[in-house]
Amino acid sequence: MWRDDLRGIFYIALKDMRTYYLKPPSISWGIVFPIAWILAFYLRNPQNFEQLVPGLIAMTILFSTTAAEAVVINFELRLGSFERLLLAPISLPAVLLGKVIGGTIFGILMTATVTLGSVLALGLYHVSVLYLVLIIVPSLLVFSSLGALLCVLVKEVFEAQTLLNLPRFLMVFLSGVVYPVSSMPTVLQYVAYLMPLTYTVDGLRQAFSSIQGITVFIDTLVLLGFFILFILPAVRLLYRRFA
Amino acid sequence: MEKAIEVRDLTKRYGEILAVDHISFDVGEGEIFGFLGPNGAGKTTTIRMLTGLCRPTAGTARILGLDVASEIVEIKKRIGVVPEVSNLYDELSAFDNLLFMTQLYGIPRSQRRARAEDLLKTFGLYERKDHLFGTFSRGMKRALTIATGLIHSPKILFLDEPTVGLDVVAARNLRGLIGNLRKQGVTVFLTTHYLEEADLLCDRIAILVKGKIVKIDTPEMLKTVAEEEPIIEVSFKKMHPQIVEGLSERLPQFRVVAVGHNKVRIYGGASAEVLETVLEYAKGNDILIEEVNSIKPSLEDAFIKITGLSPSVMATEKGGGR
Repeated sequence: MWRDDLRGIFYIALKDMRTYYLKPPSISWGIVFPIAWILAFYLRNPQNFEQLVPGLIAMTILFSTTAAEAVVINFELRLGSFERLLLAPISLPAVLLGKVIGGTIFGILMTATVTLGSVLALGLYHVSVLYLVLIIVPSLLVFSSLGALLCVLVKEVFEAQTLLNLPRFLMVFLSGVVYPVSSMPTVLQYVAYLMPLTYTVDGLRQAFSSIQGITVFIDTLVLLGFFILFILPAVRLLYRRFA
Repeated sequence: MEKAIEVRDLTKRYGEILAVDHISFDVGEGEIFGFLGPNGAGKTTTIRMLTGLCRPTAGTARILGLDVASEIVEIKKRIGVVPEVSNLYDELSAFDNLLFMTQLYGIPRSQRRARAEDLLKTFGLYERKDHLFGTFSRGMKRALTIATGLIHSPKILFLDEPTVGLDVVAARNLRGLIGNLRKQGVTVFLTTHYLEEADLLCDRIAILVKGKIVKIDTPEMLKTVAEEEPIIEVSFKKMHPQIVEGLSERLPQFRVVAVGHNKVRIYGGASAEVLETVLEYAKGNDILIEEVNSIKPSLEDAFIKITGLSPSVMATEKGGGR
């Protein structure tokens, strides 16, 4: 059975890459929006742009994965093709994981482009590749599963994008993307540590910093915890939807 | 005959609504079994429960001896399902849609392309294999959706309203294909609200009304139910809405039902008294009669007698006209 599920996850993700990556909502929210933000910050303050790179990579991870989830899940929920997948001899969690992996791969493509571009353009060669992988991979899974969790609640792509904007913008402003968490009021700092993007930004800052501590592993563990926290209710909600 | 499907007291409740109400039936291997009923009768809900798309509130169902509640993944390997909506991927070609299904169903890599091409040829779509599904006509989409249901050579094929929205020629071709499946030994479970379709295709029919099975039998045996009472069919030059009401008032002991666009049928009414009343009514209301016939009961007549419903409830489409 697990072999059936693994096969299903692989081919669903592959099909989603072919079918949905160039859909307008994927491009506008997953590609254009993060690039527009990066350009805006660069033009405003090109001298200190280096300090903003970890936050902007984190934001790219957030927007690209959640935008892709809205497309790969809600297009199919609306057209009924999601049920087509559920009729195949694979389990429901495997179908959802296939969708999460589909969003994750879209995120990898976007994040790799932004990260490589930043490293090469700004000469940030001291970056730790190991730390990048330790933070980026779980983060992609976390935000894909967050996207999946919210997307299974609604049917239309535009509804999903609207719903996703609430956690997206909360996290962008409170998780240290633009303003460091340490400089925020204490209450907001507590709120920030409830948000997964805070750990992504923190881990990425360490990856780009010259002093690289072991707390990055804690960030990774916390992010994996968030992944489980999002994916389990997403599966449960999907079960309920098809109960 | 071995049982392909065994259903006992299957029930589905959505809040206050009882969509399927303790239904029980068996389907034999190689049989074409029809679920006939108006929209909202519970046909699609039954298929969804049998194919794992929703869970029963109560009751049991076994497919090829496997329990739907606990062995659904194993069941899915052995069944093909064609939903009411042709829900393949617009962005993929006909060939790629089929290829994706071979991948999902775990067909060995060496056989995938050949299997997809065979089905495209069988369904007359080979010439369009590289065209996107989104560009297909309704009939072609339906044909390809049925092809995907057969991609893994299932032992049972579930067809939910297979000919809804198809033109007459496409629907006839599809019925031919379903007939061929019988020759290959595939068990077919189909839902329809087209009486003639059920009559033409099915070995046995279950009539479903408001979530309950009211009768299960062969089309021939169902028709004998209607043969017990004579039927007169009157065709009018032009149908007036008040005709059914007017005749019902004058013939209270008989059932008067509108059929088609200009006919009424009077059940239990092959008598001089009935004919006289009809002629008098027509004359008194300036209505021209085209034809009066004593007719052989059809499945439609049986359906009317068994359910007490007008055939017009069956003509109501869920999605688009026929």
